Amino acid sequence: MNWLSILVQGVLLGGLYALFAIGLSLSFGIMRLVNIAHGDLIVLSAFVALVVVNGLGMPPFASLAVVIPAMFAVGYALQRGLLNYTLGGSLLPPLLVTFGVSVIIQNLLLEGFGAHVRRLQAGAIETESIVLPSGLAVGVFPLLVFAIAIVAIASLQLLFFRTGLGRAFRAASDDATTAELMGVDNRHLYALAMAIAMVFTALAGVLFAIRTTFDPASGPIRLIFAFEAVIIGGLGSFWGTLVGGMVLGIAQAIGAALSPTWQILAGHIAFLIVLIVKPSGLFPRTRE
Amino acid sequence: MSLLRTRGLRAFYGDFQALFDVDVDVADGETVAMIGANGAGKTTFLRAVMGALAAEPGMVVYDGHPIGGRSPHDIVRLGIAMVPEGRKLFPSLTVEENLLIGAYCRRPGHWNLERVFALFPMLAERRGIPADSLSGGQQQMAAIGRALMSNPRLLLCDELSLGLAPVAIKDIYACLAAIAAEGTTLVIVEQDIARALAASDRFYCIQEGRVALSGPADQVNRQAITTAYFGV
Repeated sequence: MNWLSILVQGVLLGGLYALFAIGLSLSFGIMRLVNIAHGDLIVLSAFVALVVVNGLGMPPFASLAVVIPAMFAVGYALQRGLLNYTLGGSLLPPLLVTFGVSVIIQNLLLEGFGAHVRRLQAGAIETESIVLPSGLAVGVFPLLVFAIAIVAIASLQLLFFRTGLGRAFRAASDDATTAELMGVDNRHLYALAMAIAMVFTALAGVLFAIRTTFDPASGPIRLIFAFEAVIIGGLGSFWGTLVGGMVLGIAQAIGAALSPTWQILAGHIAFLIVLIVKPSGLFPRTRE
Repeated sequence: MSLLRTRGLRAFYGDFQALFDVDVDVADGETVAMIGANGAGKTTFLRAVMGALAAEPGMVVYDGHPIGGRSPHDIVRLGIAMVPEGRKLFPSLTVEENLLIGAYCRRPGHWNLERVFALFPMLAERRGIPADSLSGGQQQMAAIGRALMSNPRLLLCDELSLGLAPVAIKDIYACLAAIAAEGTTLVIVEQDIARALAASDRFYCIQEGRVALSGPADQVNRQAITTAYFGV
Protein backbone atom coordinates (compact mmCIF):
# COMPACT_ATOMS: atom_id res chain seq x y z
CA MET A 1 0.00 0.00 0.00
CA ASN A 2 1.43 3.35 -1.10
CA TRP A 3 0.44 5.93 1.49
CA LEU A 4 1.78 8.87 -0.47
CA SER A 5 -0.35 7.90 -3.44
CA ILE A 6 -3.40 7.58 -1.21
CA LEU A 7 -2.74 10.99 0.30
CA VAL A 8 -2.37 12.62 -3.12
CA GLN A 9 -5.55 10.97 -4.37
CA GLY A 10 -7.40 12.17 -1.29
CA VAL A 11 -6.18 15.73 -1.64
CA LEU A 12 -7.15 15.85 -5.31
CA LEU A 13 -10.57 14.37 -4.57
CA GLY A 14 -10.92 17.14 -2.01
CA GLY A 15 -10.90 19.67 -4.85
CA LEU A 16 -14.09 18.14 -6.26
CA TYR A 17 -15.67 18.08 -2.81
CA ALA A 18 -14.78 21.72 -2.32
CA LEU A 19 -16.56 22.53 -5.60
CA PHE A 20 -19.57 20.56 -4.34
CA ALA A 21 -19.50 22.59 -1.15
CA ILE A 22 -18.92 26.18 -2.35
CA GLY A 23 -22.49 26.75 -3.52
CA LEU A 24 -23.86 25.46 -0.25
CA SER A 25 -21.46 27.62 1.71
CA LEU A 26 -22.45 30.71 -0.32
CA SER A 27 -26.18 30.32 0.16
CA PHE A 28 -25.79 29.64 3.86
CA GLY A 29 -23.24 32.40 4.37
CA ILE A 30 -25.21 35.15 2.63
CA MET A 31 -28.84 34.16 3.09
CA ARG A 32 -28.77 31.74 6.07
CA LEU A 33 -30.40 29.34 3.66
CA VAL A 34 -29.64 25.65 4.12
CA ASN A 35 -30.20 24.31 0.65
CA ILE A 36 -31.23 20.66 0.94
CA ALA A 37 -31.65 20.53 -2.85
CA HIS A 38 -27.98 21.38 -3.38
CA GLY A 39 -26.91 17.81 -4.18
CA ASP A 40 -29.78 17.44 -6.63
CA LEU A 41 -28.81 20.69 -8.32
CA ILE A 42 -25.32 19.21 -8.83
CA VAL A 43 -26.94 16.15 -10.42
CA LEU A 44 -29.29 18.38 -12.44
CA SER A 45 -26.19 20.14 -13.83
CA ALA A 46 -24.78 16.75 -14.76
CA PHE A 47 -27.97 15.86 -16.66
CA VAL A 48 -28.03 19.23 -18.41
CA ALA A 49 -24.45 18.49 -19.50
CA LEU A 50 -25.54 15.05 -20.67
CA VAL A 51 -28.27 16.57 -22.84
CA VAL A 52 -25.85 19.14 -24.27
CA VAL A 53 -23.18 16.52 -24.98
CA ASN A 54 -25.60 14.05 -26.55
CA GLY A 55 -27.84 16.60 -28.24
CA LEU A 56 -25.31 19.07 -29.60
CA GLY A 57 -22.40 16.67 -29.88
CA MET A 58 -20.21 18.94 -27.76
CA PRO A 59 -17.29 17.49 -25.80
CA PRO A 60 -17.97 17.41 -22.01
CA PHE A 61 -15.61 20.25 -21.12
CA ALA A 62 -17.08 22.49 -23.83
CA SER A 63 -20.57 21.78 -22.49
CA LEU A 64 -19.68 24.04 -19.55
CA ALA A 65 -20.25 26.97 -21.92
CA VAL A 66 -23.93 26.01 -21.96
CA VAL A 67 -24.34 24.41 -18.53
CA ILE A 68 -22.90 27.33 -16.54
CA PRO A 69 -25.20 30.02 -18.02
CA ALA A 70 -28.16 27.63 -17.81
CA MET A 71 -27.57 26.92 -14.13
CA PHE A 72 -26.92 30.62 -13.45
CA ALA A 73 -30.42 31.29 -14.79
CA VAL A 74 -31.90 28.37 -12.81
CA GLY A 75 -30.29 29.71 -9.63
CA TYR A 76 -31.55 33.25 -10.18
CA ALA A 77 -35.09 32.09 -10.94
CA LEU A 78 -35.18 29.60 -8.07
CA GLN A 79 -34.12 32.22 -5.54
CA ARG A 80 -36.16 35.11 -6.90
CA GLY A 81 -39.28 33.12 -7.64
CA LEU A 82 -39.37 30.77 -4.68
CA LEU A 83 -36.68 30.75 -2.02
CA ASN A 84 -36.76 34.51 -1.28
CA TYR A 85 -40.27 34.02 0.06
CA THR A 86 -39.04 31.51 2.63
CA LEU A 87 -36.44 33.85 4.16
CA GLY A 88 -36.66 36.33 7.00
CA GLY A 89 -38.11 34.12 9.69
CA SER A 90 -36.70 30.94 11.13
CA LEU A 91 -34.35 28.47 9.43
CA LEU A 92 -37.17 25.96 9.06
CA PRO A 93 -39.16 27.26 6.05
CA PRO A 94 -36.17 27.30 3.63
CA LEU A 95 -35.17 23.87 4.93
CA LEU A 96 -38.61 22.42 4.22
CA VAL A 97 -39.03 24.14 0.85
CA THR A 98 -35.61 23.08 -0.44
CA PHE A 99 -36.35 19.56 0.77
CA GLY A 100 -39.43 19.71 -1.44
CA VAL A 101 -37.36 21.06 -4.33
CA SER A 102 -34.97 18.16 -3.83
CA VAL A 103 -37.79 15.62 -4.15
CA ILE A 104 -39.18 17.40 -7.21
CA ILE A 105 -35.82 17.52 -9.02
CA GLN A 106 -35.13 13.84 -8.33
CA ASN A 107 -38.52 12.76 -9.59
CA LEU A 108 -38.47 14.98 -12.67
CA LEU A 109 -35.05 13.58 -13.58
CA LEU A 110 -36.34 10.06 -13.01
CA GLU A 111 -39.35 10.80 -15.22
CA GLY A 112 -37.22 12.34 -17.96
CA PHE A 113 -34.16 10.11 -17.98
CA GLY A 114 -35.12 6.90 -16.18
CA ALA A 115 -33.07 5.32 -13.45
CA HIS A 116 -30.15 4.31 -15.71
CA VAL A 117 -26.66 5.01 -14.53
CA ARG A 118 -25.06 7.69 -16.76
CA ARG A 119 -21.60 8.97 -17.40
CA LEU A 120 -19.95 11.69 -19.48
CA GLN A 121 -17.10 10.43 -21.66
CA ALA A 122 -14.26 12.91 -21.85
CA GLY A 123 -11.88 10.65 -23.76
CA ALA A 124 -8.23 9.99 -23.11
CA ILE A 125 -7.82 12.62 -20.40
CA GLU A 126 -9.77 10.42 -18.01
CA THR A 127 -7.04 7.78 -17.89
CA GLU A 128 -3.90 9.83 -18.56
CA SER A 129 -1.47 10.32 -15.75
CA ILE A 130 1.75 12.11 -15.02
CA VAL A 131 4.55 10.10 -13.44
CA LEU A 132 6.53 12.17 -10.96
CA PRO A 133 10.29 11.59 -10.51
CA SER A 134 9.54 9.72 -7.29
CA GLY A 135 7.62 7.19 -9.32
CA LEU A 136 4.25 8.43 -8.11
CA ALA A 137 1.61 8.48 -10.83
CA VAL A 138 -0.93 11.30 -10.61
CA GLY A 139 -4.08 11.29 -12.74
CA VAL A 140 -4.31 14.25 -15.11
CA PHE A 141 -8.07 14.61 -14.66
CA PRO A 142 -8.04 14.70 -10.83
CA LEU A 143 -5.17 17.18 -11.03
CA LEU A 144 -7.18 19.33 -13.44
CA VAL A 145 -10.23 19.21 -11.14
CA PHE A 146 -8.09 20.30 -8.22
CA ALA A 147 -6.60 23.16 -10.23
CA ILE A 148 -10.09 24.26 -11.30
CA ALA A 149 -11.20 24.20 -7.66
CA ILE A 150 -8.30 26.45 -6.64
CA VAL A 151 -8.96 28.91 -9.46
CA ALA A 152 -12.68 28.88 -8.66
CA ILE A 153 -12.12 29.60 -4.98
CA ALA A 154 -9.56 32.29 -5.73
CA SER A 155 -12.01 34.01 -8.09
CA LEU A 156 -14.75 33.83 -5.51
CA GLN A 157 -12.38 35.32 -2.95
CA LEU A 158 -11.62 38.17 -5.37
CA LEU A 159 -15.32 38.69 -6.05
CA PHE A 160 -16.04 38.87 -2.33
CA PHE A 161 -13.20 41.12 -1.24
CA ARG A 162 -12.46 43.25 -4.31
CA THR A 163 -15.81 44.13 -5.88
CA GLY A 164 -18.85 46.18 -4.95
CA LEU A 165 -21.08 43.15 -5.36
CA GLY A 166 -18.92 41.15 -2.95
CA ARG A 167 -19.04 44.01 -0.47
CA ALA A 168 -22.84 44.00 -0.68
CA PHE A 169 -22.86 40.21 -0.15
CA ARG A 170 -20.79 40.59 3.01
CA ALA A 171 -22.90 43.51 4.25
CA ALA A 172 -26.14 41.59 3.71
CA SER A 173 -24.60 38.60 5.46
CA ASP A 174 -23.78 40.80 8.47
CA ASP A 175 -27.13 42.57 8.68
CA ALA A 176 -29.68 42.20 5.88
CA THR A 177 -32.11 44.79 7.28
CA THR A 178 -29.51 47.53 7.48
CA ALA A 179 -28.11 46.62 4.05
CA GLU A 180 -31.59 47.16 2.63
CA LEU A 181 -31.81 50.55 4.37
CA MET A 182 -28.49 51.49 2.75
CA GLY A 183 -29.92 50.92 -0.71
CA VAL A 184 -29.17 47.26 -1.35
CA ASP A 185 -31.98 45.38 -3.10
CA ASN A 186 -31.80 42.17 -1.08
CA ARG A 187 -34.16 40.17 -3.30
CA HIS A 188 -32.01 40.81 -6.36
CA LEU A 189 -28.80 40.38 -4.36
CA TYR A 190 -29.92 37.00 -3.01
CA ALA A 191 -30.96 35.86 -6.48
CA LEU A 192 -27.50 36.82 -7.77
CA ALA A 193 -25.89 34.95 -4.87
CA MET A 194 -27.82 31.79 -5.72
CA ALA A 195 -27.03 32.26 -9.42
CA ILE A 196 -23.31 32.48 -8.57
CA ALA A 197 -23.63 29.46 -6.28
CA MET A 198 -25.09 27.60 -9.26
CA VAL A 199 -22.09 28.53 -11.43
CA PHE A 200 -19.91 26.55 -9.02
CA THR A 201 -22.54 23.85 -8.81
CA ALA A 202 -22.56 23.55 -12.62
CA LEU A 203 -18.80 23.26 -12.63
CA ALA A 204 -18.95 20.62 -9.90
CA GLY A 205 -21.75 18.75 -11.68
CA VAL A 206 -19.94 18.45 -15.01
CA LEU A 207 -16.61 17.43 -13.47
CA PHE A 208 -18.41 14.94 -11.23
CA ALA A 209 -20.22 13.46 -14.25
CA ILE A 210 -16.91 12.93 -16.04
CA ARG A 211 -15.27 11.45 -12.97
CA THR A 212 -17.94 9.01 -11.94
CA THR A 213 -21.34 7.58 -12.82
CA PHE A 214 -24.54 9.28 -11.77
CA ASP A 215 -28.30 8.74 -11.79
CA PRO A 216 -31.30 10.80 -10.62
CA ALA A 217 -30.83 9.58 -7.03
CA SER A 218 -27.15 10.60 -6.77
CA GLY A 219 -27.89 13.98 -5.22
CA PRO A 220 -28.37 13.38 -1.50
CA ILE A 221 -24.95 11.78 -0.93
CA ARG A 222 -23.26 14.74 -2.74
CA LEU A 223 -25.21 17.04 -0.42
CA ILE A 224 -23.77 15.17 2.57
CA PHE A 225 -20.21 15.43 1.19
CA ALA A 226 -20.77 19.15 0.59
CA PHE A 227 -22.12 19.65 4.11
CA GLU A 228 -19.20 17.78 5.60
CA ALA A 229 -16.64 19.79 3.64
CA VAL A 230 -18.25 23.08 4.70
CA ILE A 231 -18.50 22.10 8.37
CA ILE A 232 -15.00 20.62 8.58
CA GLY A 233 -13.53 23.73 6.96
CA GLY A 234 -15.51 26.12 9.14
CA LEU A 235 -18.51 28.21 8.07
CA GLY A 236 -17.80 31.35 6.13
CA SER A 237 -14.31 30.56 4.87
CA PHE A 238 -13.88 29.54 1.23
CA TRP A 239 -10.30 28.34 1.62
CA GLY A 240 -11.45 26.52 4.75
CA THR A 241 -13.99 24.73 2.58
CA LEU A 242 -11.17 23.57 0.31
CA VAL A 243 -9.31 22.23 3.33
CA GLY A 244 -12.54 20.61 4.52
CA GLY A 245 -12.92 18.93 1.13
CA MET A 246 -9.33 17.73 1.32
CA VAL A 247 -9.77 16.29 4.83
CA LEU A 248 -12.88 14.47 3.62
CA GLY A 249 -11.09 13.26 0.47
CA ILE A 250 -8.06 12.00 2.39
CA ALA A 251 -10.25 10.20 4.94
CA GLN A 252 -12.19 8.54 2.13
CA ALA A 253 -9.03 7.56 0.26
CA ILE A 254 -7.58 6.00 3.40
CA GLY A 255 -10.86 4.21 4.08
CA ALA A 256 -10.99 2.91 0.52
CA ALA A 257 -7.41 1.64 0.78
CA LEU A 258 -8.29 -0.31 3.92
CA SER A 259 -11.40 -1.79 2.40
CA PRO A 260 -13.71 -0.55 -0.39
CA THR A 261 -16.66 -0.75 1.98
CA TRP A 262 -14.96 1.72 4.30
CA GLN A 263 -14.58 4.59 1.85
CA ILE A 264 -17.74 6.58 2.66
CA LEU A 265 -17.80 5.62 6.31
CA ALA A 266 -14.22 6.82 6.84
CA GLY A 267 -15.26 10.27 5.54
CA HIS A 268 -18.17 10.42 7.96
CA ILE A 269 -15.91 9.34 10.84
CA ALA A 270 -13.43 12.11 10.02
CA PHE A 271 -16.33 14.55 9.96
CA LEU A 272 -17.57 13.37 13.36
CA ILE A 273 -14.08 13.63 14.83
CA VAL A 274 -13.80 17.25 13.67
CA LEU A 275 -17.26 17.99 15.07
CA ILE A 276 -16.20 16.61 18.45
CA VAL A 277 -12.74 18.16 18.59
CA LYS A 278 -13.49 21.51 16.93
CA PRO A 279 -17.24 22.01 16.44
CA SER A 280 -16.80 25.38 14.72
CA GLY A 281 -14.62 23.79 12.02
CA LEU A 282 -10.95 24.27 11.25
CA PHE A 283 -11.08 27.86 9.94
CA PRO A 284 -14.30 29.46 11.16
CA ARG A 285 -15.04 33.03 10.13
CA THR A 286 -18.53 33.38 11.51
CA ARG A 287 -19.06 35.74 14.37
CA GLU A 288 -21.87 36.29 16.81
CA MET B 1 -42.50 73.56 -0.64
CA SER B 2 -42.38 70.45 1.51
CA LEU B 3 -39.65 68.00 0.65
CA LEU B 4 -41.28 65.40 2.87
CA ARG B 5 -44.94 65.34 3.79
CA THR B 6 -46.74 62.60 5.64
CA ARG B 7 -50.51 62.54 5.80
CA GLY B 8 -52.41 60.12 8.01
CA LEU B 9 -49.31 57.93 8.32
CA ARG B 10 -50.04 54.71 10.16
CA ALA B 11 -47.62 51.94 10.94
CA PHE B 12 -48.02 48.52 12.48
CA TYR B 13 -45.80 45.87 14.00
CA GLY B 14 -48.01 42.84 13.46
CA ASP B 15 -51.29 43.70 15.19
CA PHE B 16 -49.72 46.45 17.26
CA GLN B 17 -50.34 49.92 15.86
CA ALA B 18 -47.31 52.13 16.46
CA LEU B 19 -48.29 55.29 14.53
CA PHE B 20 -51.75 56.90 14.33
CA ASP B 21 -52.41 59.38 11.51
CA VAL B 22 -49.13 61.23 11.78
CA ASP B 23 -48.97 64.44 9.71
CA VAL B 24 -45.47 65.85 9.38
CA ASP B 25 -44.09 68.45 6.97
CA VAL B 26 -40.41 68.98 6.35
CA ALA B 27 -39.45 71.88 4.08
CA ASP B 28 -36.51 71.71 1.69
CA GLY B 29 -33.32 72.71 3.51
CA GLU B 30 -34.90 72.66 6.94
CA THR B 31 -33.75 70.73 10.04
CA VAL B 32 -36.60 69.14 11.94
CA ALA B 33 -36.31 67.44 15.32
CA MET B 34 -38.53 64.57 16.39
CA ILE B 35 -38.63 64.28 20.15
CA GLY B 36 -40.57 62.04 22.44
CA ALA B 37 -40.25 59.39 25.12
CA ASN B 38 -38.93 55.90 24.55
CA GLY B 39 -41.36 53.88 22.47
CA ALA B 40 -43.32 56.94 21.36
CA GLY B 41 -42.87 56.01 17.69
CA LYS B 42 -40.00 58.23 16.55
CA THR B 43 -37.91 55.40 15.10
CA THR B 44 -41.06 53.85 13.65
CA PHE B 45 -41.74 57.13 11.85
CA LEU B 46 -38.27 57.08 10.26
CA ARG B 47 -38.61 53.41 9.33
CA ALA B 48 -41.98 54.06 7.73
CA VAL B 49 -40.54 56.93 5.67
CA MET B 50 -37.65 54.67 4.57
CA GLY B 51 -40.08 52.02 3.37
CA ALA B 52 -39.06 49.46 5.98
CA LEU B 53 -42.68 49.31 7.20
CA ALA B 54 -45.79 48.97 5.07
CA ALA B 55 -47.63 52.20 4.19
CA GLU B 56 -50.13 53.35 1.59
CA PRO B 57 -48.64 55.45 -1.24
CA GLY B 58 -50.24 58.77 -0.29
CA MET B 59 -49.20 58.51 3.35
CA VAL B 60 -45.63 59.50 2.51
CA VAL B 61 -45.05 62.15 -0.15
CA TYR B 62 -41.48 63.04 -1.08
CA ASP B 63 -40.68 65.89 -3.44
CA GLY B 64 -44.29 65.80 -4.63
CA HIS B 65 -44.34 62.06 -5.37
CA PRO B 66 -46.20 59.48 -3.29
CA ILE B 67 -43.60 56.97 -2.07
CA GLY B 68 -45.41 55.18 0.79
CA GLY B 69 -44.93 51.42 0.59
CA ARG B 70 -42.02 51.53 -1.86
CA SER B 71 -39.01 49.42 -0.99
CA PRO B 72 -36.09 50.94 0.94
CA HIS B 73 -33.62 50.57 -1.94
CA ASP B 74 -35.95 52.57 -4.22
CA ILE B 75 -36.31 55.23 -1.57
CA VAL B 76 -32.53 55.49 -1.10
CA ARG B 77 -32.21 55.97 -4.84
CA LEU B 78 -34.77 58.79 -4.67
CA GLY B 79 -32.54 60.62 -2.19
CA ILE B 80 -33.52 59.70 1.35
CA ALA B 81 -30.85 58.15 3.58
CA MET B 82 -30.88 56.98 7.15
CA VAL B 83 -28.40 56.83 9.99
CA PRO B 84 -29.92 53.99 12.00
CA GLU B 85 -30.15 53.88 15.77
CA GLY B 86 -27.12 52.15 17.26
CA ARG B 87 -25.04 52.93 14.13
CA LYS B 88 -25.49 49.44 12.66
CA LEU B 89 -22.17 49.43 10.83
CA PHE B 90 -21.30 46.17 9.10
CA PRO B 91 -18.76 44.55 11.45
CA SER B 92 -16.98 42.37 8.89
CA LEU B 93 -16.39 45.32 6.56
CA THR B 94 -13.65 47.90 6.95
CA VAL B 95 -14.47 51.54 7.62
CA GLU B 96 -13.94 52.40 3.97
CA GLU B 97 -16.03 49.46 2.79
CA ASN B 98 -18.86 50.55 5.08
CA LEU B 99 -18.77 53.98 3.47
CA LEU B 100 -18.74 52.44 0.00
CA ILE B 101 -21.88 50.42 0.79
CA GLY B 102 -23.60 53.79 1.13
CA ALA B 103 -22.68 54.48 -2.49
CA TYR B 104 -24.13 51.15 -3.65
CA CYS B 105 -27.19 52.82 -5.20
CA ARG B 106 -24.88 54.99 -7.36
CA ARG B 107 -26.97 58.10 -6.88
CA PRO B 108 -25.10 61.02 -8.40
CA GLY B 109 -24.07 63.93 -6.20
CA HIS B 110 -21.15 65.65 -4.64
CA TRP B 111 -20.42 63.25 -1.79
CA ASN B 112 -17.58 60.78 -2.26
CA LEU B 113 -14.94 59.09 -0.09
CA GLU B 114 -12.64 62.10 -0.14
CA ARG B 115 -15.34 64.52 0.97
CA VAL B 116 -16.49 62.22 3.76
CA PHE B 117 -12.90 61.83 4.92
CA ALA B 118 -12.50 65.61 4.78
CA LEU B 119 -15.55 65.97 7.01
CA PHE B 120 -14.36 63.22 9.38
CA PRO B 121 -10.54 63.20 9.22
CA MET B 122 -10.40 60.59 12.00
CA LEU B 123 -12.00 58.09 9.67
CA ALA B 124 -9.41 58.64 6.96
CA GLU B 125 -6.65 57.43 9.28
CA ARG B 126 -8.69 54.35 10.16
CA ARG B 127 -10.13 53.55 6.75
CA GLY B 128 -8.63 50.06 6.58
CA ILE B 129 -9.63 48.70 9.98
CA PRO B 130 -12.82 46.76 10.77
CA ALA B 131 -15.67 49.14 11.52
CA ASP B 132 -16.42 47.54 14.88
CA SER B 133 -13.00 48.43 16.25
CA LEU B 134 -13.79 52.17 16.05
CA SER B 135 -14.82 54.05 19.19
CA GLY B 136 -18.50 54.88 19.60
CA GLY B 137 -18.14 58.44 18.35
CA GLN B 138 -16.09 57.34 15.35
CA GLN B 139 -18.66 54.66 14.55
CA GLN B 140 -21.35 57.33 14.57
CA MET B 141 -19.26 59.40 12.16
CA ALA B 142 -18.84 56.38 9.91
CA ALA B 143 -22.59 55.75 10.02
CA ILE B 144 -23.29 59.36 9.02
CA GLY B 145 -20.62 59.16 6.32
CA ARG B 146 -22.15 55.94 4.99
CA ALA B 147 -25.54 57.64 4.69
CA LEU B 148 -24.01 60.69 2.99
CA MET B 149 -22.35 58.46 0.38
CA SER B 150 -25.78 57.92 -1.17
CA ASN B 151 -25.98 61.69 -1.80
CA PRO B 152 -29.27 62.22 0.04
CA ARG B 153 -31.44 65.32 -0.19
CA LEU B 154 -33.10 64.20 3.02
CA LEU B 155 -31.06 62.64 5.82
CA LEU B 156 -32.83 60.84 8.67
CA CYS B 157 -30.75 60.57 11.85
CA ASP B 158 -31.87 58.24 14.60
CA GLU B 159 -30.56 58.82 18.14
CA LEU B 160 -27.13 60.12 17.19
CA SER B 161 -26.17 60.78 20.81
CA LEU B 162 -27.11 57.35 22.13
CA GLY B 163 -24.32 55.86 24.23
CA LEU B 164 -21.75 58.50 23.28
CA ALA B 165 -19.52 60.63 25.49
CA PRO B 166 -20.61 64.31 25.73
CA VAL B 167 -17.53 65.49 23.82
CA ALA B 168 -18.26 63.06 21.00
CA ILE B 169 -21.88 64.23 20.87
CA LYS B 170 -20.69 67.82 20.52
CA ASP B 171 -18.44 66.87 17.58
CA ILE B 172 -21.22 64.93 15.87
CA TYR B 173 -23.67 67.81 16.12
CA ALA B 174 -21.08 70.25 14.83
CA CYS B 175 -20.69 68.07 11.75
CA LEU B 176 -24.46 67.82 11.40
CA ALA B 177 -24.67 71.61 11.31
CA ALA B 178 -22.06 71.61 8.54
CA ILE B 179 -24.09 69.06 6.58
CA ALA B 180 -27.27 71.11 7.01
CA ALA B 181 -25.40 74.24 5.90
CA GLU B 182 -24.75 72.58 2.55
CA GLY B 183 -28.48 72.39 1.94
CA THR B 184 -29.20 68.84 3.06
CA THR B 185 -32.58 68.55 4.75
CA LEU B 186 -32.38 66.80 8.11
CA VAL B 187 -34.80 64.97 10.36
CA ILE B 188 -33.19 64.20 13.70
CA VAL B 189 -34.70 61.88 16.24
CA GLU B 190 -33.24 62.60 19.64
CA GLN B 191 -33.89 61.81 23.31
CA ASP B 192 -31.91 64.82 24.46
CA ILE B 193 -34.51 67.56 24.01
CA ALA B 194 -32.20 70.51 24.57
CA ARG B 195 -29.69 69.14 22.06
CA ALA B 196 -32.42 68.45 19.51
CA LEU B 197 -34.02 71.86 19.81
CA ALA B 198 -30.68 73.66 19.61
CA ALA B 199 -29.85 71.87 16.36
CA SER B 200 -33.18 72.29 14.60
CA ASP B 201 -35.50 74.86 13.04
CA ARG B 202 -38.74 73.14 14.02
CA PHE B 203 -39.77 70.19 16.14
CA TYR B 204 -42.47 67.57 16.44
CA CYS B 205 -43.14 65.89 19.75
CA ILE B 206 -44.50 62.36 19.36
CA GLN B 207 -46.47 60.73 22.12
CA GLU B 208 -47.85 57.21 21.88
CA GLY B 209 -47.76 57.25 18.08
CA ARG B 210 -49.40 60.67 17.61
CA VAL B 211 -48.07 64.18 17.09
CA ALA B 212 -48.68 65.81 20.48
CA LEU B 213 -47.00 69.15 19.81
CA SER B 214 -45.10 70.91 17.06
CA GLY B 215 -43.68 74.31 16.39
CA PRO B 216 -40.58 76.41 15.85
CA ALA B 217 -37.64 75.19 17.92
CA ASP B 218 -36.72 78.60 19.27
CA GLN B 219 -40.10 79.49 20.77
CA VAL B 220 -40.87 76.52 22.93
CA ASN B 221 -42.83 76.53 26.10
CA ARG B 222 -41.08 74.10 28.46
CA GLN B 223 -44.31 73.30 30.21
CA ALA B 224 -46.03 72.45 26.94
CA ILE B 225 -43.15 70.15 25.97
CA THR B 226 -43.24 68.36 29.29
CA THR B 227 -46.96 67.75 28.85
CA ALA B 228 -46.55 66.59 25.26
CA TYR B 229 -43.57 64.41 26.16
CA PHE B 230 -44.97 62.58 29.15
CA GLY B 231 -48.66 63.01 28.54
CA VAL B 232 -49.29 64.16 32.10
